[in-house]
Amino acid sequence: MNSGGYETVIGLEVHVHLKTQTKMFCRCRNLFGAQPNTHVCPVCTGQPGVLPVANGKAIEQAARAGLALGCRINSESVFARKQYFYPDLPKNYQISQYERPIAEKGHIMLGDRKINITRAHLEEDAGKLIHAESDVSLVDYNRTGTPLLEIVSEPEIDSPQEAAEYLKELRQVLRYCGISDCDMEKGSMRCDANVSLRKKGSKELGVKTELKNMNSFKAVEKALEYEIKRQEKVLGEGGRITQETRLWNEDKGTTRSMRSKEEAHDYRYFPEPDLPRLVIEAEKIKSIRDSIPELPAARRRRYIVQTGLSEYDAGVLTQEKEISDYFDAACGMLGDKSSENIKKLANWITVELLGKLNAEGSGFREDVISPPHMAELVGYIGAGTISGKMGKDIFEIMYNKGVSPGEVIREKGLKQITDGDQISAVCREVIESSPDIVDKYMQGKDGVLGVLVGNVMKKTRGQANPAMVNAKLRELMGRRQ
Amino acid sequence: MNIKDTVSKIKSGKQSCRELLDEYIPVILDGQEKLNTYITLLLDSAKERAESLDARIAAGDSSGDLLGIPVAIKDNMMLSGTRTTCGSKILENYISPYTATAVGKLIDAGAVIVGKTNMDEFAMGSSGETSFFGPARNPNDPDRIPGGSSSGSAACVADSQVMGSLGSDTGGSIRQPAAMCGVVGMKPTYGYVSRYGLVAFASSLDQIGPFASNVEDAARIFTVIAGFDEKDSTSIAPGESDFVRWVHEKGMKLKIGIPREYMGGGLSGEIHNRIADTARRLERSGFEIKDISLPLTKYAVAAYYIVAPAEASANLARYDGVKYGYRTPSPDDLLEEYKVSRQEGFGDEVKRRIMIGTYALSSGYYDAYYLKAQRVRRLMERDFQEAFGDVDIILSPTSPTTAFKLGEKTQDPLQMYLSDIYTISCNLVGLPGINVPVGKDSAGLPIGAQLIAPWRCDGKLLYAARQVEKIYE
Repeated sequence: MNSGGYETVIGLEVHVHLKTQTKMFCRCRNLFGAQPNTHVCPVCTGQPGVLPVANGKAIEQAARAGLALGCRINSESVFARKQYFYPDLPKNYQISQYERPIAEKGHIMLGDRKINITRAHLEEDAGKLIHAESDVSLVDYNRTGTPLLEIVSEPEIDSPQEAAEYLKELRQVLRYCGISDCDMEKGSMRCDANVSLRKKGSKELGVKTELKNMNSFKAVEKALEYEIKRQEKVLGEGGRITQETRLWNEDKGTTRSMRSKEEAHDYRYFPEPDLPRLVIEAEKIKSIRDSIPELPAARRRRYIVQTGLSEYDAGVLTQEKEISDYFDAACGMLGDKSSENIKKLANWITVELLGKLNAEGSGFREDVISPPHMAELVGYIGAGTISGKMGKDIFEIMYNKGVSPGEVIREKGLKQITDGDQISAVCREVIESSPDIVDKYMQGKDGVLGVLVGNVMKKTRGQANPAMVNAKLRELMGRRQ
Repeated sequence: MNIKDTVSKIKSGKQSCRELLDEYIPVILDGQEKLNTYITLLLDSAKERAESLDARIAAGDSSGDLLGIPVAIKDNMMLSGTRTTCGSKILENYISPYTATAVGKLIDAGAVIVGKTNMDEFAMGSSGETSFFGPARNPNDPDRIPGGSSSGSAACVADSQVMGSLGSDTGGSIRQPAAMCGVVGMKPTYGYVSRYGLVAFASSLDQIGPFASNVEDAARIFTVIAGFDEKDSTSIAPGESDFVRWVHEKGMKLKIGIPREYMGGGLSGEIHNRIADTARRLERSGFEIKDISLPLTKYAVAAYYIVAPAEASANLARYDGVKYGYRTPSPDDLLEEYKVSRQEGFGDEVKRRIMIGTYALSSGYYDAYYLKAQRVRRLMERDFQEAFGDVDIILSPTSPTTAFKLGEKTQDPLQMYLSDIYTISCNLVGLPGINVPVGKDSAGLPIGAQLIAPWRCDGKLLYAARQVEKIYE
C-alpha cells in the first residue's frame, strides 16, 4: 500500500497457544475456561525452590510448526529468562528463547508473494489479570505456563490487507497441523504489529510503532489502517514518528501511546540455568516432518490443477483441514470421477453442506452427512437418477435424519422419471389442457415453454427428468404444427 | 557412635527411635539457646515421627539406612507444612507447600528431622551474620562465627545436636562452615543431588550436600540423597548406588596435587603449615604429592561475583509481596508494593547482590560481564581438566582463616567474599569437593582441608577424604 509518496512496512509478531495436554514446564492441565486458579501447582505459581521441566509434546508441536512454515529447526536451542515485573508473571521472569530459538528462517506464501519468517520460539504464557473493582485486581494463574510459540515475520508485509492474509494463512497452516486452535477471541492466537512508513523506493526502514491489543484479524487490519494514516499525517506535516508501543482501542477505532522507547523494558535476557540446551535429534525432526499433513497451499494447487476446480472453490474447500479431508474422502468414493462430477461434489459441499452448517452457526461437522453418503448423492445426480431439485429435498432429509440417499429414494419413491412413454403421456395431457399457452408458443414466444415444463413437473411431483420433458414438449408441439 | 552402628542398635531393638531422639533433645535445646542453631525447631513432629517409626519397626518393618537418625536441614529446603524462611524476613511466615526431593529421600530412609537450621539470608554470606533471625554461633567459641551460609547445619553437627545435616553449597557454603566448625562437609558433583525444593540462590552453582562428624556418615547420607530426579532437568544419575564402600576401600594409590595458587598470600600461616603437614603425612602413607598450578584461580572470585548475583537477581525476583511472603502494609500502588516490600523484606547483602546481578545482566553490560564470566568458567574447566590429567585429587586449605569473631568482617564485604576464595572454583566448574577437619590451631579453632576430585568422581573424593581423616584420628 502506498499513498502520499510513502510505502508501508509491516512486521507481525504472532503468539499461538500450543495444543498439549499439560503446561510448558509443569504437569498441570493446559485448559481454557476453567475456574480461576484450579489448574495451578507450586511450579506454575512460582513458589520458592521449584524447577521447570520442559514439555516434550510442546517441543514437538513447536518443531512441527517450524517445519510446516519451512523453517530450519535448530538441533540445539536455548531457553532464556526474560525478566520483568508484573503480577501475572509469578516468577517475574518468563522462560522464553532468545539467542537461539527452536526454528529460524521460514516463510509463508500468499499466492506468489513470499513473506519471510525470521524465527519461531517457544515460551510460557503469563496468567490473566482481572480488574474487578476500582481498587482491587485479581489474578488467575490457570493460563500461567501455557506453552506458546511466538512467530516473528520479517518486515515485508506491505498493507493491512496483506497482514490479514498472512494471519489467515498462518492460522490455516497451524490448524492443519493440529498445532493450535488459533482462536483470537479466546486468546489462543495473539498478534502484535510493527508498522513504519518510508519514502517510496527508499531502502531504509522508517521509525516504527508497535501496535498491541487487537483481538481479531479485522482489528489488526483496522488498527494498521488507522496507524498508517496517523503516521502519514505526522510525516506529511513534517513531523517525526516516535518509536513507541501503541494500544488499539476497538471502540474508538484509534491507537494511543502506551510507552515510549525510553520507557521500554530492559528484559535482561540470559540463558535459563535450570534447563539444559534443548536438543532435537535429526531422526526426531524427520519423524515430525513425516507427520505433517498436506498443507492448504498444496491442496489448493492440487484441486485447481488436478481436478479443475475454480480458485474460489479450492479456497473454500481448504479453509479448514476437516472440510478438505471430507472433500477428499467423498471424492475418492465417487463412482464417476469425471471433472464435471467432482465440481458437482465441490458445489454440494461448499454451497449446501457449508451453507446449512453456517446458517446453524455450527462449525464444520462431517457427521451430519458422511462422505460416502455425499458421494452417493452426487453419483445419483450425475447419473441422472434424480434431478438437482430432488437432490436438494433428499439432502434435507439426509441432513436431518442421517440416512443414505439410496434409502430416501427407496422410501419416498423419489426416483426420477426417465421413461419416455410416461413422460410423453404427461406432456400430452399438459398440452391439451393449456391451448392458450400452446398458441403463444406457436406464434414464436419460446419463453412460454417454461410454463409448460413447470406444469409437467408439477404433475409428476418434480420427478420427471426436466431435459427429457423439454425435448418431448418441443417434439409434440412441433408435430401438431 | 556412627550412623551405621546407631541404626543397627535400633534395628536390633536395643534402643527405640524415640529413646534415641530423647537423648538428643536436651542437647538440641541447649545448643539452640547458646548457638541459635535453628530458625525453626520441629521437636514435636520429630517425636511423633520417631514414635511412628517405632510402631513400624514393631510391625516388622525396620528398613531404612538412616532409621531413627536425628538430622537437621538447612532452612532453604522445603519440608511440606513447615516454615521455610531462607533466613529472610521476606519469607518469615512462608509455609512449604511441598517437600524437596533430597529431604523426601532422607525421610524415606527413616531419618528424623529435628529442625531447620539457621543460615545466611538466601545463602548469601560466609559467616551466618546476614540471617534475619540473628547469627548462629560457633560451638568451638560462641563469640565466633560458624561460617556460612550453612551456618546452623555445620554448628548443629559440631555440637552433637544431630548425627548429620543437609546444607547447600553455592560458593563454599557447606565446606567453609564445615572447616570453621570442625566437621565433614561435602559438596557433590553438580547434578548428583536434586535441587528440586532447594530455594534457588544461583541455579548453576547450587548443590545440596551432607554434614557429618565423620567421612563414613557423610558418605552414607550422600548415598541416600543422591540420584537422578525427573523434577530437576539439571540432575544426573550418579551411576552407582553405594558411596560408603569407597570409605572402606583400601590400598588404592592416589597422586595428590597441591595447587600453588591455593597456598599463597592471604592464607594464614598456621593453616598453610597444617596443609603442608597433611601432605607430608599422606606422602608417608604412600601417596604421591605433586605441586600443581591452576593459573585461572585468580579470576574465580570475580567470575563468581558476576554469575552468582546475576542468577540470584532473577531467582529472587519472585519475592515481590504479591503471591506470598512479606508485603508492605499499605502500598499506594503496584510499583510501591514491589519496591517497598522488597526494600523492607530483604537484608543489605541480598540487596547488594541483586543490584550487582541486575547491573551485570543489563543491556550493554551483558557481554562485558556475564558472558565473559561464563567464558572464564569454561576456561577454568579446562584448567582443572589439565590438572586432573596429572593428579587424581587436589588438596588445599578450605578457607584462608579459621573462624573469625562475630562482626569482624560485616563492614567489609570484599574481605568476607575472600573467605570463599578456595571453595568457589568447584562450584564454577561443577566439581565435587569436601572439607575434612585436620586438627585445630593454637587458639583451639578447627582447621579444614579441602579435597577436590574430577567431575563425577565423588567416590574417589570420599576415599581420599577418609585417608586424610585417618591421619588425624
